[in-house]
Parts: sequence; C-alpha cells; structure tokens
Amino acid sequence: MSGAEKIAVTVTDVVPLNDLVTRFEFKRADNGLLPTFSGGAHTVVEMRDGDITRLNPYSLMSDPMDQSRYCISVRRDDEGRGGSVFMHTRVKVGDEMVISYPVNLFSLDLRAKKHLFLAGGIGITPFLAQTKQLERFNGNWELHYACRTESLGSYVDELTSHHPNETHIYYDDKKQMIDLVNLLEGQPLGTHVYVCGPKGMIDWVRKTATNEGWPREAVHYEEFLAPQPGKPFEVKLAVSNKVIQVGEHESLLEAIERAGVDAPYLCRGGACGQCETNVIDYAGNFIHRDHWLDDDEHAGGQKIMPCVSRFEGKTLVLDR
Amino acid sequence: MTIQFNDETFRDDYSFYNSERAIKRFPFPFHEDSYMYSVNMEQHRGGPKDSVYEKRFDVDEHYVSEMRDRAMVLADDPLRCQSLPHMTLAGWDLLELIMVSKSEDYPDLFELHRDGNKWRWINKPLGIDDSFVFLDEATLPYGPMEYITRQAQGDFCVLDQRDDNLWMDAGMVTTQADWSLDFDIGMNFFEWHAPVPLAHEKGIFVRALKFLLNIQQGAPARRLNWTMTVNPLLDTSPENYHKWGIQKTTLTPENIGAKQHLRVELQTFFRLPRSNALVFPIRCYLCSFQDLMTVPKWGRRLHRVVRDLPDELATYKGFIDNRPMMLDYLKNFDDGLPTSAGIWPDLETEPALET
Repeated sequence: MSGAEKIAVTVTDVVPLNDLVTRFEFKRADNGLLPTFSGGAHTVVEMRDGDITRLNPYSLMSDPMDQSRYCISVRRDDEGRGGSVFMHTRVKVGDEMVISYPVNLFSLDLRAKKHLFLAGGIGITPFLAQTKQLERFNGNWELHYACRTESLGSYVDELTSHHPNETHIYYDDKKQMIDLVNLLEGQPLGTHVYVCGPKGMIDWVRKTATNEGWPREAVHYEEFLAPQPGKPFEVKLAVSNKVIQVGEHESLLEAIERAGVDAPYLCRGGACGQCETNVIDYAGNFIHRDHWLDDDEHAGGQKIMPCVSRFEGKTLVLDR
Repeated sequence: MTIQFNDETFRDDYSFYNSERAIKRFPFPFHEDSYMYSVNMEQHRGGPKDSVYEKRFDVDEHYVSEMRDRAMVLADDPLRCQSLPHMTLAGWDLLELIMVSKSEDYPDLFELHRDGNKWRWINKPLGIDDSFVFLDEATLPYGPMEYITRQAQGDFCVLDQRDDNLWMDAGMVTTQADWSLDFDIGMNFFEWHAPVPLAHEKGIFVRALKFLLNIQQGAPARRLNWTMTVNPLLDTSPENYHKWGIQKTTLTPENIGAKQHLRVELQTFFRLPRSNALVFPIRCYLCSFQDLMTVPKWGRRLHRVVRDLPDELATYKGFIDNRPMMLDYLKNFDDGLPTSAGIWPDLETEPALET
C-alpha cells in the first residue's frame, strides 16, 4: 500500500471563516489519541465522491501537542478539480473520513536563533502549528502575513490578539506590501526564513533572499501544487501491462490508481519525490509542473511526476 | 518476571553467555549462502513470536548486564553520549517512544503512568521508579535522551533531518562496531559513511538516504548488519582500540569456537513526531561460533559466506588476518548440503550435519 499510514476519523466541527475558507476538525473514529506531529506537517485527506477518490494534502494547523483533534483549513478553489469544493459543500459534522498520518516536508530548523515566517493567504496554515510549537519552548519568531482583504484575512484576529508583537498583517487592497529587503537585512545572524503562499510570493522571497546573500539552507518554502485539469491523454503502463486514459479533471497518478495499480506517493503536490516514475518511450510533449525534478530532468524526457504533471501527444509508456 | 536476566560481563573475564533460547532467536544475518551490500530494508512491524523482530524494542536476557556495562563505559568516557542543543526535543520524542513501546510490549517489566505532563516511569529490572514532568529537563537526572538510553539496549543515533540530508546531531554510542560518535557528531549521512568500501560505487548510500528521508510516522523500518568480534565485547570503539584490537591476535585453533563471535546489529528507524528527527537504534547481538554451529543450517552457511566474502569487506570488517583460521574451523560444519532460503534456523526441517 502506498502513501503514509491511515487514520479513520470523524468530522467533529465545520466552521466557515469567510467567503473562501472553512475550517474542519477531525477526531479519531475510535475516540483514541491522534499522533503528535511537528509544526509544518500535512495530512492527506481522502474524499470519496461517487466513483472518484480524491486525495488532497492540507497543512495541519492545530496545536501539534493536542492529540485530541486535528484541524485543517480549506480554501475553496472553484477553478480546481473539485477537491476543495467537495470539502466545502459535501463534508458535514458526523461524517466518517480517512486521513493520513502526519508527514512533514516543511519542518522548522531547530538550530535557528530566530524563525521569520512569511505567509500569503491560505499559506498561513502551517505557521499556525509552528508558532504554537515554538510558543511552548519560548522560541523566537516573527510573522508577516499578506492577505487580499480584511474580510479574507483568516486567523488575523486570533494572531494579532495573542501575539501582537510578533504578528504583522498586510492587506493587498490597501496596497500594503512586505518591505522584504529591509526585513531580511534587519534580521539577526542565525535567522531562518520560511515562506508559504502563492508561487509568485515564494519565487520573490527566494530570489530576494539569494540577492541579499542568505544561505540556501536558511530559506525554507512549501508550495503544494494542486493538479491542474488538461486535455485527456492515453498512457501505457509497461510493468502492469495496461493502457489507461487520463481524464480532463484527473491527474495521471489518480488515473494510475483508478486502474488498480499501486503507485508510491506522499504529498501529491509535486514536492516530495515519492511518485517519480521512469519514462520508457514517448512521442509528444511533457507538461512538467513539479518542484522535484530539475530543469535538465524536465528537458530529458526520462522522468515524470504523475501527481501534478501531464502529457500531450501520441505515445507515453511508463515504467509502472 | 518472564525473562531470567543473566549476571554476566562483556569485559575482563567475559562471562557473557547465550542460553539455548537466546541462540535460537539470534538474528542470523545471512538469508542466502553469500553476502553483498544491499539496501535490505523492510518494515518493522513485528515478526515471528519470540524473535528479535517481535517487539518495537527487544528486551532479552542480557538487558540488566548490558546496562551495567553502559554505565561503566560512560563513567570512563562521558563523550559517548552527546546531544547538540537543538536535539533536546528529539530526545523527549525518543524517551516517549521507548517508554510507551516498552510499557505496552512488556507490561510485566515496565509501567508508564501519565497524567497530562506528569509522568511516572517504573523499570522493574533496573529497580527504577521516577516521577517527572514531560518536556521539563530539570525534573530528570540526565537529559531525556541520556536518561532513557541508559535503560535501553543498543546504541542510539538521533539524526536531524534538514537540507535533504540526515545529520548525526545526537546519540548514545557505547556498543559500536569501531566507529566514534565523538568523531562523527555533526556529520551528514555521506560524511559519516565515507570509510565504507564498495558501497559508494554501487550507489547504495544515495538510495539508502532517499529511503530514510521518507520514513514516516507510524511506519518504522529495519535491517540487519554484521561484523566479527573476538571475545564478547560490546564496546569495540576506536577510543578503546588499544584495549581490544590486540585481542584479535589471541585466537588459536583450540579457542576459536568459544572466542570468535558473530556480531549482528538489528538496525531500526523511527520518525520522531515532535521534532521530525529520525532515530536509528543499533542493537548489538553477539553469538560465539560454537553456539552458532549448534544450528546445522547456520554452520553450513556461515562457512560459505566467510569463504566467499570479497577481501575489501573482510578487511573493512577487521577479520582478514583471521579468515584462514576461521575457515579451518568452519569447514568442519559444512557438508556441502544445500540450505533453505531465509535467516531462520529451520531446526525441524534442515538435516543434521553429515559426518
């Protein structure tokens, strides 16, 4: 069986926060304790939608030491493939669901003298758990959080009331911007910076930090890509000797799983590298969207990350 | 108590011994009649009843004496236990993992009572009954990692995970096969494996690291490793090479069966939840050649493995000079019959030695 260990849970609370974001609370279906986790970890939520099973990763935002419950916040994406809309419209208190054990691909570097968090929109969620973890050990942290508008600022009130000195909020509609160059220049030695948000924000922070002379190891980022819809295509799976069709609204990985082939995965967002698959033959163009393979590998035509990447063309044969 | 603990030594008079039960459950490391490195990992989720795989942390008849030996090593050399400042949380993770596992797996030997952060730990074999506050170092006599690994067999490497690598940033290492925590502390996975021959060329470490970085909570893994040790020494450290290295020259055809030991490490790997670190327990099991020869399958196989091992590996494992004498002894237990697959003794099904 692929992926992390599974946990059967019950949905115990559903709280709409604003027009786009809803919080879900899970408790173990057997009333036992959930595993502790480290701030920055995510869980993969299984959504059974008729014949379709969606597996989407969401950052755990509750206190890592609280083993009684897990919380996630889901931003509705009407343009996406339906996972977030399913969570918003179909999941109710009392529902039984299956989630994965926590997996952390965005861990704190505990050597840091100070943790500087930069959040954009729903990218706030891993920092909610990380700040709770650091508070318990008197960690030194500071948060800069950019939201589109005041009404879409999830958890702004909670953060500014509990941590008025550490929290800085920026609203796009008020033309407020993080003064990144000055912020980075003003940090004490030994600071680590963490960014979670839209791709443009991550690229901006990484590039600015590089220009400011920050060591690569001190800059951490997490961006889960949701698989994007695309034109249907056909794939031959050489090991399992199957020909499968990848639909417009499903990922290559989901199509492989639908055909009953067990393929490895963890994050399902192009970041962890677990689902890396060798290409045996192809005639056409890859649409690589992952963060795992480097530019040469993307150009090489020998590997694909089926969780987020697609293909357009006549023939694709995979070693799976 | 269900386990009768031996009163024995791993130094000076070497009164260490394996009972018949301990021999039968010895983790013989060769699943076939030859050996080469591989990433021989499997899930660590129990195993055959009474095997060393059955529990998360195996406790056996050597427990009390091994802990006494560890205390002596630490009294002579406190640097065998080190933890860099950022690894304290991982130490608490490890303490919790071992206390929870042992109290659940051996309820007659260990008890853990938790009331929020107020914990009480009872270790009956060692006569310990301590109450402390979880995550408050001031309430324990040692740091959390040192406290619990003074009560757990095997060495413990606690590895920080960052920058797509693992870092040897904490550990308790007193029963090691000739490597030094004090030398390796702070090194990454490739740095501390640099001395191993052949495996780098085979790409073993790149694949092994990729596997280890992806070990997840709730899904521990394990493998066996092995070497040879003359006399039942737990502490074969570089720091003490001047004491034990010379003992390799004391082997004779008369004493080799009793003095030469196969040393097997049961290596396990657990993701630690609060710190996202990885703990790598390395549990050492020793068995004399003469005890191993009581299992016909192991006698046949050990001869073939030692005979056919590449010189580089026999050199790295430190027995190239003694190999001819070993083979003179072992060949008496190899009648050329085929052996069954797998590591288990198969005493009921494998034929006795033909003489």
